[in-house]
Amino acid sequence: MKSVPRNGVMGMTLTEKILARHAGKGDVSPGDNIWVDVDVLMTHDVCGPGTIEIFKREFGTHAKVWDRDKVVIIPDHYIFTEDVYARRNIDILRAFAVEQGIRNFYDVGSPDYKGVCHVALSEEGHTRPGEVLFGTDSHTCTAGAFGEFATGIGNTDAAFIMGTGKLWVKVPPTMRFVFEGEMPPYLMAKDLILHVIGDIGVDGATYKAMEFAGAGISMLSVEERMTLCNMAIEAGGKNGIIAPDDKTLSFVKQRTKRSFEPVTGDPDARYESVKVYWLKDMEPVVARPHSPDNKALVREVKGTRVDRCYIGSCTGGKLEDFKAAARILRRNSVKVETYVVPATTEVERRLREEAIEGETLQAIFERAGAKVAGGASCAACLGGPPDTFGRLSGSEVCISTTNRNFPGRMGSRQSQVYLASPLTVAASAVRGVITDPREFVR
Amino acid sequence: MKEIIKGRAYVLGNDIDTDQIIPAQHLVYSLSNPEERKMYGRYALSSVPEAQAGLPEGNIRFVEEGRDYSQYNVIIAGKNFGCGSSREHAPIALNIAGVEAVIAETYARIFYRNVVDGGFFIPFETEGHLYQEIRTGDQVEIDVKKGVVKNLTAGKEYPLRSLGDVEDILRAGDIFAYARQSGIVR
Repeated sequence: MKSVPRNGVMGMTLTEKILARHAGKGDVSPGDNIWVDVDVLMTHDVCGPGTIEIFKREFGTHAKVWDRDKVVIIPDHYIFTEDVYARRNIDILRAFAVEQGIRNFYDVGSPDYKGVCHVALSEEGHTRPGEVLFGTDSHTCTAGAFGEFATGIGNTDAAFIMGTGKLWVKVPPTMRFVFEGEMPPYLMAKDLILHVIGDIGVDGATYKAMEFAGAGISMLSVEERMTLCNMAIEAGGKNGIIAPDDKTLSFVKQRTKRSFEPVTGDPDARYESVKVYWLKDMEPVVARPHSPDNKALVREVKGTRVDRCYIGSCTGGKLEDFKAAARILRRNSVKVETYVVPATTEVERRLREEAIEGETLQAIFERAGAKVAGGASCAACLGGPPDTFGRLSGSEVCISTTNRNFPGRMGSRQSQVYLASPLTVAASAVRGVITDPREFVR
Repeated sequence: MKEIIKGRAYVLGNDIDTDQIIPAQHLVYSLSNPEERKMYGRYALSSVPEAQAGLPEGNIRFVEEGRDYSQYNVIIAGKNFGCGSSREHAPIALNIAGVEAVIAETYARIFYRNVVDGGFFIPFETEGHLYQEIRTGDQVEIDVKKGVVKNLTAGKEYPLRSLGDVEDILRAGDIFAYARQSGIVR
């Protein structure tokens, strides 16, 4: 593989700069193939066992991972199931963690259990500005919200990293999305990213970095920024990224003692494209079945009957997502089956602690008639074994805060899934039809 | 790497995602257990909507009921093949079902990397909508060196894009073999 040398006159984007540093190069250009040093490798129960198998095949049965403190194992996909194969996969992870002395293992059934890996990674301090994070899950791009290069890989690449601490990367060109103005109370980051995906398509950012910037982004909380970067993959993006600021640094420093070096893009960085959105002009949106880019304004599809509402996942199962849903559900009851699945055990705990006017989020959801999951996990976001909580099994129409509505994604090929923000899902739960959150929040 | 790949084509459209290639409920089988491994072949492409399965007619199963292996070894598809999750089970399922090459207009990034770094089959790219030219069941022949695919049934030939940088990895076999050959790993 060849690398085109450059004279180092032009500035670099945030993504280019992080990659250059991790390749030990002064500068890199889009299209360069480079080998980078990896700061964190994350894997989970679905892809971990396959990764371990390849690692042992290639590096020997007694091989040790390159750095046991840089490997993070977070089982989260198939947790509360009786499926014997799924349970065996957790056993494989457990044995490997013991064998390798991996401390960052969040074991099922133990006090360490966390739940959805992308949210757990940040809660546990494994996401740090300026770093390179790879994970065996496509939504690893979520961590770009912390100003790092983070992307999903397969088992083979993960096994390669386990043995060497390195991986080859093609440097992506950067598409910049600037959000100007103030965030209205009826909009959420989910609306912004569904807008972008609808505009550029499910392959609009293939092999590219998606950088989010502007005054609107500075105003977003860290969790909302995670939602934005989380769905970069739904436009085919290699990574989503947001420059770190005081909010990022304060979040990260509360959770890790490790030192890190924040990076920002150069003022003269070259972007492949720049697109500006004005938040005051944007409206709540959904992605209609069966593709995340099948965008419609909520008011264009309002009145569409739904059988189920689902609030959960790495995209829409964070504390802030539930706070938003609770704003609508606290004075209302649900008309259709509504599932609430906290992403992590920390979110689960805070549902019982955070209150609106004296009523906890948990109490609000239960009183409204929603079904709150007994444990944190990916649950029905990706279907999973037939006994998965909230899984679609027939021709249901579901509106969901999750990230994908491909045919069969939530379990049944006959079902139809609309993707929307937690506000829109909560509003729809109250009416039993797709409903604009502006009917409740102005 | 084979220089000539000959066989029957199975044709799909745009945006075939990894949930369609191998539904998530099947991601639990062990790849090292020969019996369980077959399940990936059995369920390969099992969640493609019937009307889009085996174009242009549709309603053609990729793997026949009760079989673990497909009669089609070359897949022709539109843009963004393999979008969605990072599950390497997707290219592996196609490999276990007997796929030797996919010819698509474009690929989703993670899927493409997984195909190349794992050496599961050759991911060719083509200009134009080949999936509208070739029919499921047509006999095709790929000449890797010449970079062309012939539709033997229709007597037509189409150019393939150069494999580019990844050809070195595909020729080595996988990312491990490539890294050892080039001295990155001993």
